[in-house]
Formats: sequence, structure tokens, C-alpha cells
Amino acid sequence: MHVQSMHFKSRAAMKLADARLQKNLENVRDKFTRKRAIAIAELDDFEAIRNAAVERRDRALENLDAWIEQFERTATARGATVLFAQSHEEAASLIVEIARKHGVRKVTKSKSMVSEEVGLNQALAAAGVQSVETDLGEYILQINDNEPPSHIIAPVMHKDREEISDLFARVHDTPRKTEIKQLTREARDVLRQHFLSSDMGVTGANFLIAETGSVALVTNEGNEGMCTILPRVHVVLAGIEKVLPTLEDVATVMRLLPRSATGQAISNYFSVLTGPRAAGDLDGPEHLYFVLMDAGRTGLLGGEFQDMLRCIRCGACMNHCPVYQRIGGHAYGWVYPGPMGSVLTPSYVGIENALDLPQAATLCGQCEVVCPVKIPLPELLRKLREKQFERGLRPWYERAGFMAWGFVARNPGLYRVAVRVAARVLSWMGGEKRRLRSLPFASGWTDQRDFPAPSGKTFLDLYRERSSR
Amino acid sequence: MKVGLFATCLVDLVRPEIGFSVVKLLERAGCSVHVPSTQTCCGQPGYNSGDAATARSLAIKFLKEFERFDYVVLPSGSCGAMIKGDYLNLFADDPDLKSRFDALAAKTYELTDFLANVVRIETLESNFAGSVTYHDSCGGLRYLGIKSQPRALLAKLPGVRLTEMNQCEQCCGFGGTFALKYGDISSAIVDDKCKNIRASGADAVVLGDLGCMLNIEGRLRRIGDEKTRVLHIAQVLAGDA
Repeated sequence: MHVQSMHFKSRAAMKLADARLQKNLENVRDKFTRKRAIAIAELDDFEAIRNAAVERRDRALENLDAWIEQFERTATARGATVLFAQSHEEAASLIVEIARKHGVRKVTKSKSMVSEEVGLNQALAAAGVQSVETDLGEYILQINDNEPPSHIIAPVMHKDREEISDLFARVHDTPRKTEIKQLTREARDVLRQHFLSSDMGVTGANFLIAETGSVALVTNEGNEGMCTILPRVHVVLAGIEKVLPTLEDVATVMRLLPRSATGQAISNYFSVLTGPRAAGDLDGPEHLYFVLMDAGRTGLLGGEFQDMLRCIRCGACMNHCPVYQRIGGHAYGWVYPGPMGSVLTPSYVGIENALDLPQAATLCGQCEVVCPVKIPLPELLRKLREKQFERGLRPWYERAGFMAWGFVARNPGLYRVAVRVAARVLSWMGGEKRRLRSLPFASGWTDQRDFPAPSGKTFLDLYRERSSR
Repeated sequence: MKVGLFATCLVDLVRPEIGFSVVKLLERAGCSVHVPSTQTCCGQPGYNSGDAATARSLAIKFLKEFERFDYVVLPSGSCGAMIKGDYLNLFADDPDLKSRFDALAAKTYELTDFLANVVRIETLESNFAGSVTYHDSCGGLRYLGIKSQPRALLAKLPGVRLTEMNQCEQCCGFGGTFALKYGDISSAIVDDKCKNIRASGADAVVLGDLGCMLNIEGRLRRIGDEKTRVLHIAQVLAGDA
């Protein structure tokens, strides 16, 4: 996907000014957090399960190469083909090649954020293959001129029902419907035709299981089964970090994934798929491929950002982020929004191509509190800020400002004079009401807020005066 | 006991009266209060902006000024989280300094934590009366576990009626330099905080951090709310509000 993260500020401003989006965001805000809170409270010992999940994800990452090799062996032994892609482009061309090899004209896709990274639909279209999104949210976005998802598990959360009613009536050329049941019925009717005429199904992977060579898929709509069982070919596109050693590891992590994501104890569908159709099987694809993609992941292995690779894509961090809650996912400008996206985007597309993302956080810490695999997101964002600072990627005035501030703060004599002057000047500027309605160089604060003015003397000066009396 | 008071840079500059409320509370609790005159800033603005070198030198300066006291107390959860948590990260590779920072961290307390859990204050001389709502600031709540302490202390004041607001643990949108760099997002976040404060019907919002205080007060006044008071917990507990 094209990276537009450098336009974060202007995109965020547009989103804040979009009254309809603001209303839609407000409507879903509490639902996610409330449902998660209830689902987590039902667990006997969230903290212990969390620690176990961290341990199991870390065990996989510590020896990722070995687990990937094991996965390749077991999956191949069960008749699947395992391919590796270093980049988004390579992943796209491998899948296009598979489609060509099997004479594929139509692809049905289950929801996959990695395929968004790759820009798979565009790559398939360029090769003359029709690719149909079958997750309801993703389908809605695809028929709306290929709009990108704004949330990793609820891709269309930025839209309200009215917008979808209009869209369906226009695109399907049917009478406008407003009931959710009618709308989903209509989408089912359209998608059913695609499922039955599909040559190849493409899915992501919630987990790849090394000991069995299987893919685990977590979905709610049942479309995944239609994508993996009906077509002749099934392609699993996954990041290499998705490997877990054992089925038991998956069971542990699954105790947290649906609860953290949607507040469900378990998703409506949970599939573990192993190998293509074998002799005697009643259904399943004739061919099964795994495309395991790096595209920046190994760059995080063994380094100070490795914790990020534990991510199980539940979306809890964005659901609980005060910034994401106000601006939605599109402002972030690439595939992954919210706190996890603000770490992943600069890591995968280059720190210099996403300068705002690590900065646009209050570091309130709520993302870390809710993260089921304890990723220290605020700390990782802060480290990215450090990288920006070290590499001279901050604007000159910001660097100069910190240099000056640092120098003064290290020299108490100078600092006292500076603070004394500032307190006097700001107090005088504040006038009778003791507040400032505008401040030079601080319009970011004063455009929509007053700044409470100092009272004129500093605490340390007053304290010294009082002590000497 | 000898208590070193770190006023914090924002109290020093903007709200000196809060510093005196803290002194009053500590002295009433029987502490001998010392205010090192060379104190400036804990270094958090630099640390959170990626300037680790400046943060490190300010941390060492802080250590030299405060390690001689039995306790270090400060009226801020945010600076408290910096001193008790982030300082340790900054010196993880230096065992000697790290052990001194560990010792410093162990005796450094956010004000309400100190009053409730160290001196275990029984009674407070404050005739403050009115309905209040409490805003949990992020640094204190999520990194120092400051939640029950301010509420337990407020409960000792017979004239105080605490009405919890909706989403009291939600960030106010301050975030240090975030409030300047992304003023529009920050304002949208604090706007929700103000709505929740006003919906609680309380006369005053009480909190424990200057950043949140300036942010919330600034937004309340800008939207024309002249009535809702924004008070630091020290002012309420000392009877100075």
C-alpha cells in the first residue's frame, strides 16, 4: 500500500473536521472498550495467561528461523508448498505466478492485513485476475472504490449504516435497504456467486503452527471457510513472525485474542487447516500454498523493537488509544493504525517516511495496559523518537529548542533567571483574568485552549523569601 | 524525617501556591522539609522527545540534589514516573549509578502516595467543602498505581463529596510537547475530558498533575466555563483551595 504517513498532520486535521466521522467514532468508542473489559474480567487470572502468552510468543521469536524451518518441513510433508518472499513486491509476484500457473480468473479473499501491505488486489488486477474481498467490512470498502480499512479487525468502523445503505443501493443497483439484516442478506447474495465461481482463495494467517504445518484462522462471518474449501487453490499469505511452535501455544494465545479484540470468549469461527485435500477427503483445495513474507520483520528481530513482533493483531491498543479514538485509522496513512501501527509503520517503511507517528501519542500508557502480549508500546514509541532525534530528523527549531532548554536546565543559576523572567512576562501578559488567549510559538496550545497564566513569582523565589524572613 | 521536596518545573513557574500547600501538608505531617534551591526539571520533556543525553545529565543532577534525603516527595505522578521508572532505564548499563538510582527510586514518592502510605496521615486540617470529581492522571495511575490514595485522603475531609466522572482514567490529552505539536488532536481529547467533568456536576475537578491541570483549566475557560474549579489535590488537602 502507498505510504501517506508523512501527511499525518493534515489528514488528522481533516478527520477532526469531519463531523460525520466524529459521530461514527464516538458511537463505537465505548463498545470496544466495554466489551473487552467484561471479557477480560471473566478470566480467572488474566495476568497469568498474559505472561504465558508472552512466554510462548517470545519462545517462537527467539528461534524464529528454526521454527520456520520446522513449519516448512511439516507443511511440505502434508502436501503444501511453502514459498518465501523478502519484500511486498516479491510476495505479490509469487501469488500472481500461482494464479497464472493454475489458470485462475477469480480470487476470493478472506480478511488479511498483510495483503493490504502487499497491495495484493491491485497486483492481481494488473495480472487480469479478479480479486473479491469477502469479509463484509472489506467487501464494503472494496466496492467503495477500494477504500483502505481504518481498523485492523473492524475495517469499516468509520462508516455508519446510512453510508452503507447508500453505497449498496448505488453499486448493487437495488432498492435502498436500511436494516442490517437486509443489507447483509444482499451482500451474501452477491458474495455467494463469487464463492461458487472462485478458482483460488487467499487468506492471511492468525498463526502458523510449526509442529503440524497448519494455519489457524480466526473469523466471525464464515466467509473464510468458503474461501479455503470451495476453490481449487488456497494461498495463505503471512508474515514470518506468525509462527508458533505448538498447537498448545495457539490455545494459550487464543484465550486472549478474541477477548482482547471483540470481547468474545471465542470467535464465531476458528479453523485449523492442514494440507490440501488428501485421498479420501470430502473437500478442501487441490493445492495449498504458504507465502511467508519478511518485508521488514527480520529487521526487528534481535533488536530493541523485537517485542513488537509478539503482536497478535487484536486491535486493543487502537481501541483504547485517545488519539486513534479521535482521528480514526485513515489519518495514519498506511496499513496499520493506532499505537501498534505507529511502531510498525516506521519500522517497515522507514523511520523517515513516518515522522509524525511516534510523536503523535500522549504516552498515556493505556495501550500497554490492555495489550494481551504486553508490548511496551509507549516505550517503543519513545525509542523511535530517540532514533529520530539521533538521526537529526526533527525540525531545526525543535532541536535548537531542546538544546537551549537542556543547557539552561543544567545550569540552575541561568534557569532561575529564565524562569523568573518567564513568570513575570507571562503573568503580565495574562492580565486580570490570569490567562493567556494566545502565545507566540505555542498556537498549538492556544488555538483551542487558554493557557493559565503564572502568578508572577516562582515557587523557589517565594520559598527563599519566606525562609529568610 | 528529612524530606526533599521537588516542586516540579511547572509548579515553580505557573502555580507556586501549590508548592506551599505541599510544604504545609508535609510539615503538618511532621516532616522536616528541604527545598534544594538548584532544582530545575526532572528531564522528562527531553526524555520523551528523544533527547536521552539531556535527560541523563538532568537525572544525575537530580540524583546529586536529592539522594541525601530520607524521602523525596513531589506533587506530580508524571515526574514521579520519570524518576522512579525512566531514570532506571537511562542508567541500565551503569551498575554503580543504577544502584544509586534504585535507592533514589525507592524513597521517592508522589505526594498522595507519601501521605497515605508512608506517613499514614490520620487527620487533615482542611475546611474545604464542596462536590469534587477526581481526574486520574496517566503517569501516576498507570506507572505508580496512584488510584486509591487521593480518594482515601479526600474521604478524610468531611465537607468533600466525591462524584466520579465517566472515564476518569482516560488521558486528558496533554502529553507534554504533544499538546503543542498536535494541538488540534490534544484539544479534541481534552474536550471530552471537560464534557465528562461537567457532566459529573461537581464544583471542582481535583487532580495531581500540573500538565493535566493547565490543559483542563485552559479548555474549560476557553469554552466559557468560568465556574468549574480546577484544583491540585494538595490545595484541597491543605485547606488552601
